[in-house]
Amino acid sequence: MLWQVDIRPLPQLPDLVGQSLAVDGVDLGLPQGLSIKTARGFLIQGSLGEGDIRKAILELLCDPVVEQAIFGVVGAAHLNDLIPGYSHLVYVLPRPGVMDPVAQSTQAALRDLGLSAEAVRTFRKFWVSSLTTKELDLLCTKLLANEAVEQTVIGPLRLERLDIGRPYQFSLVEVPIRCMDDDQLVELSRQGQLYLSLEEMRAIRDYFRQLNRDPTDAELETLAQTWSEHCSHKTLAGAIEYEDENGRRHFSNMLRETIFAATEKVRVALGEHDWCVSVFEDNAGVVRFDDDFHVVFKVETHNHPSALEPYGGASTGIGGVIRDPLGTGLGAQPICNTDVFCFAPPDTPYEALPPGVLHPRRVMRGVVAGVRDYGNRMGIPTVNGAIYFDPRYVGNPLVYCGNVGLLPKDKVRKSPQPGDFIVVVGGRTGRDGIHGATFSSAELTSHSEEISGGAVQIGNPITEKMMVDVLLEARNRGLYRGITDCGAGGFSSAVGEMAREIGAVVWLDRVPLKYEGLSYTEIWISEAQERMVLAVPPHCWPELESLCRSEGVEATVIGEFRSTGRLQLFYHGDQVADLDMKFLHRGRPTIVRKAHYRPYCPENAFCGVKWPPDYTDDLYRILGSLNIASKHWVIRQYDHEVQGGSVIKPLVGRDNDGPSDAAVLRPRLDSYRGLAVACGMNPAYGDWDTYWMAASAIDEALRNCVAVGADPARIALLDNFCWGNTARAETLGSLVRAALACHDLAVAFGVPFISGKDSLNNEFRPAGSETTICIPPSLLISAIGIVPDVRNCVTMDVKEPGNFIYVLGTTENELGGSHFCRVRGSVCGQVPRVNPQCARQIFHALHQAIRKGLVRACHDLSEGGLAVAAAEMAFAGGFGLRLFLSQVPHNLSPPDEVRHQVDSLRQRFDREKVHPLALWPEAIPILLFSESNSRFLVEVRPADAPAFEELFIGLPCALVGEVTESSFLEIVGLPLPPPAGIPDEDADFAAPVVIKAPLAELKAAWQRPLDW
Amino acid sequence: MDAKPRVLVLRAPGTNCDVETAFAFQMAGAIPERVHVLRLVENPRLLYKYQILCLPGGFSYGDDIAAGRILATQLRIHLGEVLQDFCQKDKLILGICNGFQVLLKAGLLTPPEGELGVPATLTWNDSGRFEDRWVYLRVVNEKCVFLRGIKRLYLPIAHAEGKFITRHAEWFCRLEAAGLLVLRYALPPHGSQEDLSAAEASYEGSERELPFPFNPNGSQGNVAGMCDITGRIFGLMPHPERYIDPTQHPRWTRGEAGKEGDGLKVFRNAVEYFC
Repeated sequence: MLWQVDIRPLPQLPDLVGQSLAVDGVDLGLPQGLSIKTARGFLIQGSLGEGDIRKAILELLCDPVVEQAIFGVVGAAHLNDLIPGYSHLVYVLPRPGVMDPVAQSTQAALRDLGLSAEAVRTFRKFWVSSLTTKELDLLCTKLLANEAVEQTVIGPLRLERLDIGRPYQFSLVEVPIRCMDDDQLVELSRQGQLYLSLEEMRAIRDYFRQLNRDPTDAELETLAQTWSEHCSHKTLAGAIEYEDENGRRHFSNMLRETIFAATEKVRVALGEHDWCVSVFEDNAGVVRFDDDFHVVFKVETHNHPSALEPYGGASTGIGGVIRDPLGTGLGAQPICNTDVFCFAPPDTPYEALPPGVLHPRRVMRGVVAGVRDYGNRMGIPTVNGAIYFDPRYVGNPLVYCGNVGLLPKDKVRKSPQPGDFIVVVGGRTGRDGIHGATFSSAELTSHSEEISGGAVQIGNPITEKMMVDVLLEARNRGLYRGITDCGAGGFSSAVGEMAREIGAVVWLDRVPLKYEGLSYTEIWISEAQERMVLAVPPHCWPELESLCRSEGVEATVIGEFRSTGRLQLFYHGDQVADLDMKFLHRGRPTIVRKAHYRPYCPENAFCGVKWPPDYTDDLYRILGSLNIASKHWVIRQYDHEVQGGSVIKPLVGRDNDGPSDAAVLRPRLDSYRGLAVACGMNPAYGDWDTYWMAASAIDEALRNCVAVGADPARIALLDNFCWGNTARAETLGSLVRAALACHDLAVAFGVPFISGKDSLNNEFRPAGSETTICIPPSLLISAIGIVPDVRNCVTMDVKEPGNFIYVLGTTENELGGSHFCRVRGSVCGQVPRVNPQCARQIFHALHQAIRKGLVRACHDLSEGGLAVAAAEMAFAGGFGLRLFLSQVPHNLSPPDEVRHQVDSLRQRFDREKVHPLALWPEAIPILLFSESNSRFLVEVRPADAPAFEELFIGLPCALVGEVTESSFLEIVGLPLPPPAGIPDEDADFAAPVVIKAPLAELKAAWQRPLDW
Repeated sequence: MDAKPRVLVLRAPGTNCDVETAFAFQMAGAIPERVHVLRLVENPRLLYKYQILCLPGGFSYGDDIAAGRILATQLRIHLGEVLQDFCQKDKLILGICNGFQVLLKAGLLTPPEGELGVPATLTWNDSGRFEDRWVYLRVVNEKCVFLRGIKRLYLPIAHAEGKFITRHAEWFCRLEAAGLLVLRYALPPHGSQEDLSAAEASYEGSERELPFPFNPNGSQGNVAGMCDITGRIFGLMPHPERYIDPTQHPRWTRGEAGKEGDGLKVFRNAVEYFC
C-alpha cells in the first residue's frame, strides 16, 4: 500500500512558506496578487493499515497545535482537491535516488513506533492562484523546484509505488581503447565524461597496448578520477613557460617553485620557532596551537555543483571540507567553519540573464541556506566569511567553504600497513555525485543541468555528525592507523591515495548501498556524502565495529591493504580492475603550458572633483555598495556561537551589528589561548594586476587577524585559486603572476602557506554562444592566527568619547579598482601595492600595543578606505568621530604646477600653515577613499597616547582626530588658502568639512541593500 | 548524598551542545557525564545514577519532521516510565533549545490532552528562518528551581523553531495562572528601573508581544522558557551554557560583561538544589 499524508498549517495561522514564495514569484515577473498555499507531506509504502497511519500522524508527523493532517491512498480524490480560489495543484518530489534525509529519519522513527515502512519519500505541495501555462511553468522551474534534483507533478499525484532500485545484473565492461585513433579517443573522453586530454588518452591507450588487453570501465574511470584536475592539480603543479614584462621564467612545477618554496623559506628563517607541522601533504595544513594540540585548516570550493543546485552544492561543500581536517593526521575535531561566496548582483534583471543559469538571488539564498543547514546541524560555528559581487559570476558562482580542526599532538601521522582492513564508515553509497571530480574540470554550459545532474549531491549533516562523534572516540582509543575522506572520486580516490605506496584489494559487492542497482563502477566512483575510509589493524576491528554499532553508525570492511603495488577490485569474485599503482600515480604525461601576462596600467586620470569638496554622498553610495554593505542577513542565519568558544563575534559594537575584522574563538573552554580567523580577497584589483591583487589579499587577511589581537608572527595562510580556462596563456599567466606574489609576500611577511586548492575552468558558455563568460581572477587568502590571550582582544567599535584616533600606515595615490572609482564609474588609477617591510613593522608594533592594553578599538582600512572604516567604527560604537585629513600620513605628490603654487604660497605665509596638498583638490578623495594596504584606525585613551606613540617611532602613525559625544561622523578636509584680495596678515586657512553625516543614516545606508 | 550532584547530559544523533553544557555544569560544581540515548534505551535504569538529566541543544535527528519531534517520540516510547519516576523522585530535568523542544513535545512540561496532544508547542520563528542573536530575559516568578534568585538574564538564542504557542488563548491563561511560563523575552535594561517596568507591564499578558528583535521569534506572551508544575523540570530556548565566561558576552570589549556569565547561575541553582 502506498499512503500519502499531507501536513498543512492550521487555517488560522499564516502560511509563511507560501507568503514568501508569492513575494518571490511577483519578483520573477508573475502577476501581482499571486497567492500560494503550501503543504509538506510523506509518501509511505508498506503493509500498513489506516490505523497505523493515524498513529504515525498523531505520534510523529503532525503537530496539532499548529498543523492539520489529511491522508489517504495515493491518488485519492480528496488528496488532490483544489483549495477554493486556487487554480493549480503542484507536487514537487525528490527524484528517485536523490538523498532525502527527512524520509530516512521518518522511516527510522516509524520503525521505533513499531510501524515498518518499506520506503518513505517526502514531497512538497503547492496550490497556486490562476496563472497561464507559461507562467505556471516559470514558477515551477524558477521557484518551486530545482530540476537537477527534483521532479514536478502538476495536478493529481498518481504513483503506484516508490522506486527503491532494481537488482543489478553483473556484466564486465571492457573499453576497446587499443584500436582507437585520436578522434575516437577524444570522443571517448567526452562521451564518458572523463575530461582527459588527448595526450592523456593516448598514454592510457599505449599502456594497455603494452599489456595486450583493453581496460575495464572501472580502470578507465579510476585513471580519469586520479588524473583529474581536481585530484592531481596537473595544471598548476605542472610545467609552465611564463613570460611577463620582467622577462621569461620556466617552472617545472609551478606551485612547488612558488607557494611551497615560500613556506620552506619561511620555515628555514623561523628556525627553532618553526611552528608548521604538516604542510601541503595531508588533506589539510597543520600548525602548532599549544602544548597539547595542533590546529588544522582547509578551504575548499564547490563551485560547479552550487551553480546547478545551490542548496545541495553548498551544503555538500561544507560537509566535504569538514571531512578534510577529519581526514588529516588521524582525524581533527572540527571547531569552526568559514565561508566566502562570489555572486552576480542579486538585483540583476531576469531579462539580463543568459539562458540556463539560475538567478543570482536564488543562488545566494540557496547557498546561504545550504551552508546554514549543514554547519548549524553539525554544531560547528560558522565564524568568518565574505561575499563579493561581480556580474561575471553569473554563470559560475563561487562557494569557498573552510573548516578548522583541533588535532592532538600525537595524532599527526597516518601509517596504513599491509594487512590492515579497508573500512568504510558513515553513509551508504548511492548513485549520487557520479563524475563530480571530472565534472569540476569542465566548462559549464547551458546544458550542464541535464548531463551532469548526477554530479549534484544532497548531504545529510546528521549522518556526518554521528560519524564525526564516533570517529573521534575511535581515534582516541587508537582503533585505526589511517583515515581519509571519501570526497571527489569516491573510493577510487580515497583508496587509491591511501594505498598508493602499498597496494590494495577491494570487494565492491561488500559496500553498503542505499538501494539496489548500482554497477561495480558506480560503487567505485560514487561521491555519496558522509563517508570516511579507515585503515584498521585486524585486531582492532571487533572493537571498532562494536563502537560504531553502539552509536548507530555503519562500518564495513570492504577490502585490505596488500603489499602488491597494485589496485585490484572484485565484484562477487570477478576481478573488475587490476592497475599498477605506479602507472596510476605516475603515468600521467606531464603537460607543458604557456602563460603570459601584461598588467593594466592606466593613467592616474581623475574621475571628477567636487567643489565645494563634499564627499558625503559618495560615502553613502560606497557604504551601500553590495561588497561593503552589511551581511547581517547571512551572518545571523549561521550559528556562530555553538561550542561555546566565541570571543569576537562577526557582528560587534553597541548594538551587536558592526562588522568585525576577524573572528576570535577559544578552541578549549579551559584555556584563554585563542584563534583569529580572517580572510582577504579583492577580485576587482585583478583587472589591473593580479600580482598586486594577491599581495593585497594577503595584506588584508593578515591585518584583519592583527586588528583583533593575533600575533603577526603566528599567522598561517591558505590559498584558493578560482580561475577561468587556464588553457589560454593569458589566463594562466594571470594566475602564475598571483602565485609569484604569494611567494614574495609570504617570504617578506614571514608567514607560511600551509594548504591550498585550485578550481580552474570557471567559465560559462550560454546556449549558442561562441564566447564564454569568464569569472574574474578570484584568489581567496584565508588566515588563521594565534591569539596568546583572548582577554586582550580588541573590537572595531569606538568605545568612549574623548579618546584619540590614530591612523597607522601610509596613504598612497591608489584609487584604481577602489569603491570610490566604482561608484564614479572610473577604471583609472593604480591599484594598491604592498610594502611588506613597513607593513610587517606596523603589524608587530600594533600587536605590542594591543597586548599592552593600549588599544580600545582597531579597524583595518580596506574596501572604501579611510572614510568607510571611520564610518563603520563610529556607527558600530554609537559615538561620533571628528577626523582631520591634514594629519593623515601619506606619500602623495601633487602635480608639478600644484607644487609650484604651494611653494609660492609658502613663501608668502607661515610655512607651517600651508599644507603641501592644499591646492590639489584630488588629494581629498584620495585621502578619503584610497584603498592603500597595511593601514588601520586605532582608538587610544589620551592617557595611553605617549606609550602608544612610542611603539610607532619611525613608522607612519599620526593622531588624526577624536571620538566625540555627537552622533555625527565629521571629516575635515585640507586647509584652503585665503581667497585673493584678503590681506596676508588676516588670512585664515580654514579647512572645510568634506564629510558630515549622522551615524544613524550611515548605518542605515550600510544595512539596507542586503536586509532581506 | 554526594556533595556534587551527577548530571546525565543526553546525547542523541545531532545533539551538538553537549560538550559546552557539560562544561557549564562542571563549572557550577556538578559531575557531568555525556551519555548516548541508545545507552539509556538499552538500560533505562541507568538514569537512577544521576540527580540531574539535561537535554542540551542541537538538532536531534536533524530536526527532521519538526524540531525535537523524533527524540521526543523516542523518549515517550522507550523511557516514558523511567522519566515519570525520575521526576517524582525530587530530581531535576533541564532542556536547552532543542532540549526544550523535546521536553515540551514529549509532554514532560505539560501533559498531553488525549488525542489532541500537548497543548503548547514551539514552532517556526515569525521570520521563517534560523537566527543567532542575544536577547534580554526576565524571570516572572520564583517557581522554577533553575531560576531562583534570578531577575534578569542576557543570553544568546540560536534557533529556527522557537516560537512558543498554545492551542488557544485559554490554554495560555491556564499555563500562566499556574505560574509555569517563568521566563520571558524582555526589553533592554536601559533607562531607569521604573521606566523599564512600566514599559514591560504594558506588554504583559498573552496578547501583547514585544516587537522584533526583543521578542525574536513572535512567541506568544514573550515566552522564552517554561517549567512544569513542580518547578523542577525546566525548558528554555536561550543558551545559558554560551554565557559562562565574560569573554562570551558580545560586548565584553566594551566593559559590559560581569565577572562571570549570566548563564552560570542557572547551572549553579541546579547544583545548589542538592547541597
